[in-house]
Amino acid sequence: MTLPLPLLAAASATRITLQPIDNAILIIYVLVVVAIGFALSRYMKSSSDFLTSGRSIPTWVTGLAFISANLGALELVGMAASGAKYGVATAHFYWVGAIPAMVFLAVFMMPFYYGSKARSVPEYLKMRFDERVRALNSVAFAVMTLFASGISMNALAKLLNQLLGWNYDAALWICSGVVLIYVLKGGLTSAIYTEVLQFFMIVLGFAPVVYLGLQDAGGWDAIKTTLQGVAQNPASVNMPVPKEAYDTNAWTSAWGPMLGGPSKNPMGVDWFAMIFGLGFVLSFGYWCTNFLVVQRAMAAKNMTAARNTPLVAAVPKMVFPVLVILPGMIALALTAMPNKGYRIPPPILSDAVYAKAVEGAKTNANDPAAAHKAIEEALGKKVNAAAVTDLLAKHKAAPLSDQQLTEGISNGIAEYDYDGVILSLVKKYCPPGLLGLALTALLASFMSGMAGNVTAFNTVFTYDLYQAYFAKDKSDKHYMWMGKFITVVGIMLSIACAYFAKQYNNAMDIIQLVFGFVNAPLFATFLLGMFWARTTGTGAFLGLFGGIGTSALFHSLTLAGENTPGIKGGYLGVVHTFPSEMAQNFWLASFAFGACLLLTAGISIMGRRTKTDEELKGLVYSLTPRTVDADLPFYRTPGFLGSLLLIGCVILNFMFW
Amino acid sequence: MGLDLRKPIGWFFLALGLILAVYGLMTKGDAEMYRRSLDMNINLIWGGVLIAFGLFMLIPALLDKGGKD
Repeated sequence: MTLPLPLLAAASATRITLQPIDNAILIIYVLVVVAIGFALSRYMKSSSDFLTSGRSIPTWVTGLAFISANLGALELVGMAASGAKYGVATAHFYWVGAIPAMVFLAVFMMPFYYGSKARSVPEYLKMRFDERVRALNSVAFAVMTLFASGISMNALAKLLNQLLGWNYDAALWICSGVVLIYVLKGGLTSAIYTEVLQFFMIVLGFAPVVYLGLQDAGGWDAIKTTLQGVAQNPASVNMPVPKEAYDTNAWTSAWGPMLGGPSKNPMGVDWFAMIFGLGFVLSFGYWCTNFLVVQRAMAAKNMTAARNTPLVAAVPKMVFPVLVILPGMIALALTAMPNKGYRIPPPILSDAVYAKAVEGAKTNANDPAAAHKAIEEALGKKVNAAAVTDLLAKHKAAPLSDQQLTEGISNGIAEYDYDGVILSLVKKYCPPGLLGLALTALLASFMSGMAGNVTAFNTVFTYDLYQAYFAKDKSDKHYMWMGKFITVVGIMLSIACAYFAKQYNNAMDIIQLVFGFVNAPLFATFLLGMFWARTTGTGAFLGLFGGIGTSALFHSLTLAGENTPGIKGGYLGVVHTFPSEMAQNFWLASFAFGACLLLTAGISIMGRRTKTDEELKGLVYSLTPRTVDADLPFYRTPGFLGSLLLIGCVILNFMFW
Repeated sequence: MGLDLRKPIGWFFLALGLILAVYGLMTKGDAEMYRRSLDMNINLIWGGVLIAFGLFMLIPALLDKGGKD
C-alpha cells in the first residue's frame, strides 16, 4: 500500500529546511560537474576515449576514483549504521575486508588486467578462457550493475523526499539527468573526474560533523567508556538483549570480543568466518574482480600507474573508519549519555500515523498506561513507557501543541532507524552553510554511484556483448555511437530499476540475494585462471555454475538467528542455524568459493588443455615475464608499497584489538 | 587527458570556501545559529580550511602550466 505523495513526507522530526546558501552550494556543485563533462567532450574522439579513457589518467586520479567508486552514499549511510550496531568491529570490512585484497590486486593481478590489454574484466576472461565464461560474467555483471544503480538512485530520491520534501519523481529524474549529461559528454573520464571531486566533497563535508560529534561526546575515551556500559547493558539503550552477555569491549574492540565467539559480539560472527568468508572470499571477490572498481585502475596511463592505483586507494581506505564508522559509534554513545538531548532516530513514519498517535495520547491524557497502549498501536512500534508518562505529565502541567506531542512521542519510540544516523548527526551539528556542504556531499556520492555503474555497464555492453556477439566488425565510430546510445539506455533502465526497488522491497531482497550467490564463487575462478595455467574454459564455466549452485543450496539449508524459513533461507530444511545473517553470509561465501575451486580444478584436470603456453603468455602468472618492476628503485615497487600498507593495516588492527 | 583535474577541484573548493567564510562573517554574531556547532563559527573556520585546500590544489596546477609555457 502506498500513501499519496504528500503524506509520504516524514514527520517534522526528520525534516531539514535549507537556506539559500545551502541551495547555492548544491547548484554550484551541479554546474561544476556538468562543466567538467563539457570540458572533456573535446577529447572524446574514439570509442576507447569514451569507454575506457584511452588509458591516459594519472595515478592520483585513478587511485582516488577507485576508492570513490566504491564509496557510494549507501556505503556512507550503511557504515555509520553498522558503527552504531556493531561498533569498531565494523572496521573489519575495511581492515580485513578490503586492504589485503586491494594490495593483492595491485601487486599480482593488475599486470594481467592491464598487460593483457583487455578493455574490461569479461574481456580478460575471454582471453584467458573462452566466450562462454565471458558471456556468463558480462551478462551477470551488466544486470547486477544496473540494479545496483537503480537501488542507489531509489535510495537517493527517497532520502531527498523524506528529508527535504522534494518530489520523488522530480528528484530521481533530475539527478539522473545531470549524470546523463556529464557522462554522455565526457565518458568514463567524466565519471572518474567527478568521482575524485566527490571523494574530496565527502571528506571535507563530513569531517567537521565527525569532529563536532567527537567534541560533543567528550572525546574518544568518553565514548569508549559509554559504549562499554552499553555492551554490559544493551537494554539501557533499547538494544536487543543477547542470551549471553556481550564482552565489555564489544563495541570498542575489533578482535577480542570476536575471538571470544559469536555470542560475545553483536555481529554474531566467529573469527574464521570473518577472516576467510569476509576477508578472503568476499573481499577478494569484490575488489579483484568487480569491473566497477577495476575499470578505474585499467584507465591508468601505464602499467606502474595501474598497479599503484589500488595502493593509492588503500591509504584513504585505511583511514576512512574515522570518517564513516566513528559517527555511528558517536551516535550510540550520545544516545546513551543522559544529558545530550540526542537519540538515534526512530524508524520513519508518516504524518498520518503520528496524528493517530497524538490522538491516542490526548484521548488518554489522564491514563498513561492506556495512552502508551494506544500510541504503540497507532505507530506499530515499541514505545518507552516512561517517556509517555513524562510527556503526559508535561502536557498536564501546560498543554502541549500537536507538534510538541508528536516530537515527544517520536523521541519515545524504542526502536531505531540506524540508516538515519549520519543524517541525524548532520542535522544536529550543521548550521546553514555547512549543512549545504554536507548534503551536497551526500548527493554527490549518490550521483557518483550511478555514474560509476553506468560507465561500467556501457563498456561491458558495447565491447563484451554488442561487439562480441552482435556486431563484430563495425567501425570504431559505430561503437562509439553505440557506447553513447547504451549510456542513455543504461540510465533509463537504472531509473526503471529504481522504481522497481521502490515498489517491490521484497523482490529487491531476492535480487540482491541472487547477486550474492553469483559473486561468492567468482574469485576462485580468477585465482585459478591467473595462477594455474592448467585451468580450462570448461572447468571455469562449470566451476562457476557449480559455485553459484552451491551458494543457493547452502542458503536453502541454513538459517540465521531468529529468522523463519523462506527468503532468509532454510526452505529446504534447516541443517544448521547461524548466530547472525552476517555469519550465514560469510560461511555461504566460504562454501561457494570452495566448491568452485574444487570443481574448476577437478574438471580442468580431467579435460584437455585448450590453450597453449604461448596463448596464455601475459595472462597467467607462471607464463608472464616479471620485468615490470626492474627499473624502479625497490622502495617504489608495488610489492614494497603494498607490504607497507599491509603492515599499517596490521598495526591498526592491533591498536583496536 | 587534456584537462588537469587539479584546476576544477581547486577553483571549486576555493569558491565554496569563500562562500562559506563570507557567510560565516555575515552571520558572525548569530549565537543561536552556531549553538548547534558547539558555539563555533564553523562556517568561517571550515570556509578557511576549504580555501586553503582549494589553493593547495590550484597553485601547483597553475604553476605547472606556467612552467610548460
